[in-house]
Amino acid sequence: MDFIANHLLTLILFLPALGALVMFFLPSEPKGLHRWVAFITSLLTLILSLVLWMRFDRGAAGFQFQEQYAWYDAIRASFHVGVDGLGLTMVLLTSLLSALAILASFSIQEKVKAYMMLFLFLETGLLGVFMALDMLIFFVFYEVGLVPMFFLIQQWGSPKGERELWGGKKVPSRVYASFKFMVYTMGASLGLLLAIQLMGVSIGSYDIPKLLKLWPILQRANNIPLGLPFTTVKTIAFWAMTIAFALKVPVWPFHTWLPDAHSEAPTPGSMILAGVLLKMGAYGFLRFVLPLYPVQAKQYAGWLAFLAVMAIVFGAFGAYGQDDFKRLVAYSSINHMGFVVLGIAAAAKAIGTLDATIALNGAVLQMFNHGLSAAGMFFLVGVLYERAHTRDLNEYGGLFPLIPVYGGILVFTSMASLGLPGLNGFVSEFLVVRGSWPIFTVYTAIAMLGLLFTGSYILKGIKKVLHGPLNEKWAGHLTEINARELLVITPLMVLMLQLGVWPAWLLDVINRAMSMLFGA
Amino acid sequence: MATETLIWLLPLFPLVSFALIVLFTNHNKALSHTIAVGSAALSFLGSMVVFWRALRVEHFADYPFTSVINWIPVGGDTWLQIGVRIDPLSTVTLFFVAWTVLTIFLYSVGYQNYGQPQGDHDRKGLPPHGATITDEHGHTHVVLSVEPMYARFFAFISLFAFGMYTLVVSDNLLTLFVGWEIMGLCSYLLIGFWFAKPSARAAAIKAFITTRVGDVFMLLGLAYVYKMAGSLRYEVIFAPETLHMMAEHASGFLGLSAAGLIGLLFFIGAVGKSAQWPLHVWLPDAMEGPTPVSAMIHAATMVSAGVYMTIRIFPILEASKEAGDFTMLLISFIGAFTALFAATIAVAQNDIKRVLAYSTISQLGYMMAAIGIGAYVAAVFHLVTHAFFKALLFLGSGSVIHGMEHGVLHTGNHHVDPQDMFNMGGLKDKMPITFWTFLIGGFALSGFPLVTAGFWSKDEILGDAFTHGHWWVFSVLALAAFLTAFYTMRQITLTFLGKPRTKEAEHAQETPWTMTVPLMALAFFALTFGWTGIPEHFLVLGGLVPNWFHPWVIGTLGEHAEAAVEGSVVPLLTSLVVALGGLYVGWLVYRNVPAGAEDPLKKPLGGLHSVLQNKYYFDELYDKIFIKPSVWVSEVFTSAWMDRGLIDGILHTLARFSVFLGGLFRYVIDEPIINGFGDWVANTTRKLGDRLRVIQTGRVQQYMVAALIFAAVVLVYFVTAMP
Repeated sequence: MDFIANHLLTLILFLPALGALVMFFLPSEPKGLHRWVAFITSLLTLILSLVLWMRFDRGAAGFQFQEQYAWYDAIRASFHVGVDGLGLTMVLLTSLLSALAILASFSIQEKVKAYMMLFLFLETGLLGVFMALDMLIFFVFYEVGLVPMFFLIQQWGSPKGERELWGGKKVPSRVYASFKFMVYTMGASLGLLLAIQLMGVSIGSYDIPKLLKLWPILQRANNIPLGLPFTTVKTIAFWAMTIAFALKVPVWPFHTWLPDAHSEAPTPGSMILAGVLLKMGAYGFLRFVLPLYPVQAKQYAGWLAFLAVMAIVFGAFGAYGQDDFKRLVAYSSINHMGFVVLGIAAAAKAIGTLDATIALNGAVLQMFNHGLSAAGMFFLVGVLYERAHTRDLNEYGGLFPLIPVYGGILVFTSMASLGLPGLNGFVSEFLVVRGSWPIFTVYTAIAMLGLLFTGSYILKGIKKVLHGPLNEKWAGHLTEINARELLVITPLMVLMLQLGVWPAWLLDVINRAMSMLFGA
Repeated sequence: MATETLIWLLPLFPLVSFALIVLFTNHNKALSHTIAVGSAALSFLGSMVVFWRALRVEHFADYPFTSVINWIPVGGDTWLQIGVRIDPLSTVTLFFVAWTVLTIFLYSVGYQNYGQPQGDHDRKGLPPHGATITDEHGHTHVVLSVEPMYARFFAFISLFAFGMYTLVVSDNLLTLFVGWEIMGLCSYLLIGFWFAKPSARAAAIKAFITTRVGDVFMLLGLAYVYKMAGSLRYEVIFAPETLHMMAEHASGFLGLSAAGLIGLLFFIGAVGKSAQWPLHVWLPDAMEGPTPVSAMIHAATMVSAGVYMTIRIFPILEASKEAGDFTMLLISFIGAFTALFAATIAVAQNDIKRVLAYSTISQLGYMMAAIGIGAYVAAVFHLVTHAFFKALLFLGSGSVIHGMEHGVLHTGNHHVDPQDMFNMGGLKDKMPITFWTFLIGGFALSGFPLVTAGFWSKDEILGDAFTHGHWWVFSVLALAAFLTAFYTMRQITLTFLGKPRTKEAEHAQETPWTMTVPLMALAFFALTFGWTGIPEHFLVLGGLVPNWFHPWVIGTLGEHAEAAVEGSVVPLLTSLVVALGGLYVGWLVYRNVPAGAEDPLKKPLGGLHSVLQNKYYFDELYDKIFIKPSVWVSEVFTSAWMDRGLIDGILHTLARFSVFLGGLFRYVIDEPIINGFGDWVANTTRKLGDRLRVIQTGRVQQYMVAALIFAAVVLVYFVTAMP
């Protein structure tokens, strides 16, 4: 018992990878074996995360459950993990969505063993990002997550569709999407890696708590090339990290990988992409950019807010302009994550004020909420796709009487995504708007245009799928949502409602974490 | 039970009903409507208990029922608090909400044809088409069939009731907004209740999006108030210090103070919800929903919520006057303009429900205008009386439509529109209860003197406008009142008087008790509620019946809010003339419309009539300037040009450049130079080998000769080279 208590974080972190290794030695048939091993592994991870949540001391400042082991002494990087309220919230979200996504993966029929192994490795990669307290370890996990996702999209992505490149050259959509996702993200990570190296070498350590303490007050460093002033170096490093994370969120105009990757990925992959992967970008802002570069963040907060508002507005317009249901939902992520970045930008501008803390509370809660609603929406699109084998909105029509339970769930989840008061999205959007209004009044007002069109695209989805005259070709061909699928969506729905009505349990942790991290 | 606990429970009964129906009883019609009506009855009883307890409290305005809890932590140790509050303003609102909700729930049982057989080919998502039955004599009849989604309807209206009760009992703007939006959702779901009809589907979306335009402004207003006051509870926001601070603080927008901008933002929210010009376009289309929905949501409660909210924030509006009265002027202008504008459209509508829809917009405009000129008590008074008589009129129109549908099923001619008033006539004798109650409602709407509630409330608004010197508001509202009386009488005459103009009207039938009892209950209030607020100075009657309403409500927002109205006979005479004149002219013009005739106003009004009939072409205009451009921006500009074209274009160019660069390395450096050198070395070696191959003969003798020659050469070299 002591062992579990003392190694809780590493257990949570490596349990999925361990499960994947066990699966490696199992025969590839029957498929059910792998499904269940993967699901039980992720369920155990979730249970341990809940234990973590219970044991977490929300009143204490700093990182908890820290573990540190020698890793790469030569460059003074160590294997150091730990969580605070922010990391904890993300760990909980990740383990929850991973378990549900694996349950949603039970309908995958091809190469089940490889699929499930990749998925578990993916979970370890994601968890590591939110636990790492060493910049190099962080970077390793940040990149490791890409590999399984690349293969998940490329191998198990939707088999139809082609994308034209230049000169009439065509490639399968899923190849295009996976490649774009991988190369784009890795390209931006280069700057991140260089910034990490800069900090690590200047301070002589990659330990995050140490960097957080020393880097912001560091005034000079040796070995600066070209004799650049140190502030310029810091500014460059700031932008390198900002762009890397902005691309991950994604912020306009770095967002075009998202609709491709999300709509070509298999349903559970989209759930994780939207639910967790995007949060890595926002997490990066909160964990690194704001605390490490407070001066630059404040200086350039206006730009960040501008990009966030562009994401909110054009994300909404983009979603409204789609005829592919999955692309519509994918664009909605750009729209919703824009509010996270708007909150972060506002906080960066006025760090230490009550407005900033409220904006940050809203941003982090929005990260969690978007995880729930986006995963739910992608899952529901997948449920329909598995039955109808099309994602074209114009092919559906009037399905409500055929699949009333599914229809009710879709309306509910759509409303959560729309930010209907009483459901989760509203609380976080309200807090972001409240926090950023006094800081970026005009931007906040423009963001309302995006909020208006959020309504338009959500209702467009419902209109084209459920309402209107029945498209007769589906009569008798569509089956109602089944018990396993209900098991996936129900926890999400319960949380959406619960967080809309009584978000205090989660917001308390977030609020304390934000106050301690960024308080006056 | 403690009153505070009871207040918390009021919204919860319908919420539980919604959950129960959706999760468990959705296949059982009787159980579903029992749960829904039962929950409405519990909320009703609770409301009445709260109401009576409130009446017994002395100085209730200073000692309202309140209860507060911490909701979410916001920064450090402060919490955002929410709670419930019943003060004089909410008591009267609660009173009419409880009554209208309960009566309309009951009415819905009859309206959705409970107890009738299943339809022959009814489908979910379409209105019922009727069922064929065979009686004991072997005759077949087509009768009304039960709604296929009966349970769902009761679930939705229960959720709606939850939203409305939440809004009324809230002690803060946040939960008010929650109730507000939940009602918006229910409005969407119920307008689109028959979702398989494309018109209903479009109307539902239109309603949701149009009101959302207002809602996003209101959200900004919420953020602003919260920032300024540090809370959203009425107690804190409307405290004199806070109001003073908001009045002093410049907003930096149009020279408004913070109070002015906040008032403006909230008012835009109310413009959307209460369907004021220019966001009025959704309400007439909302008539696609079942009639009880029109009565409850789109007449009595939800659209009134906009007015209720504007009255709630009245202290802020008043504080805004310190730095200029832009906000208040705007409110009175929009209100008065809407009142007249909508009334003119109502004159040229033929659909019985659409006339009422425009009339609702117009009457809400009255209330807004009253708020704008500072007469908020008159606005509250009209809010309450309007809720009663307009709910009554809608339910009455539903009853008429029901009777007409009966006739349509009887004749089997489905081309006859049961909602077109020109297909009716003479229903007075076929549907007497509906007629008399509708008449009461119509007269109340027209402001028929003394005996109807509408007279007293409308007169108070006109009186306030007149005595406070708002001439133009007074004139516009008076003109609108004339038109109101005119189109109301037009409606009554076309529908009930004269002779039936179609066979269907001849076979119309009175509706069941579940529908007529609610009519009678509402008719009672449409007559009597006005007597609670007869002004003290009114000729003869004033003082006979004590004016309870005015002093009761005015306490909510502080005694200083409004000076007592001086009596004057001008507004009273105007009221009398426009009401009676309008009614008489309406009757005169429409009393003898024969079957198949067109509207008698069509000729004299000429082109104006078709402008009115087409609602000043606002739908077409909005389609051109808002909807089409939005679609273009989404589909073409954002998706095709910006994302696929520009951004992906740049990415693809980068990718292409990389490919080009790779090609450059490959074809210019790698292949010719590096590979070329390697190949050259290999090729040369090979060639050399080829050349040398000839000496590799495999004959030992030759090798021996070569070795000897080599040895000889070496020998010679050493011998000659040695010194």
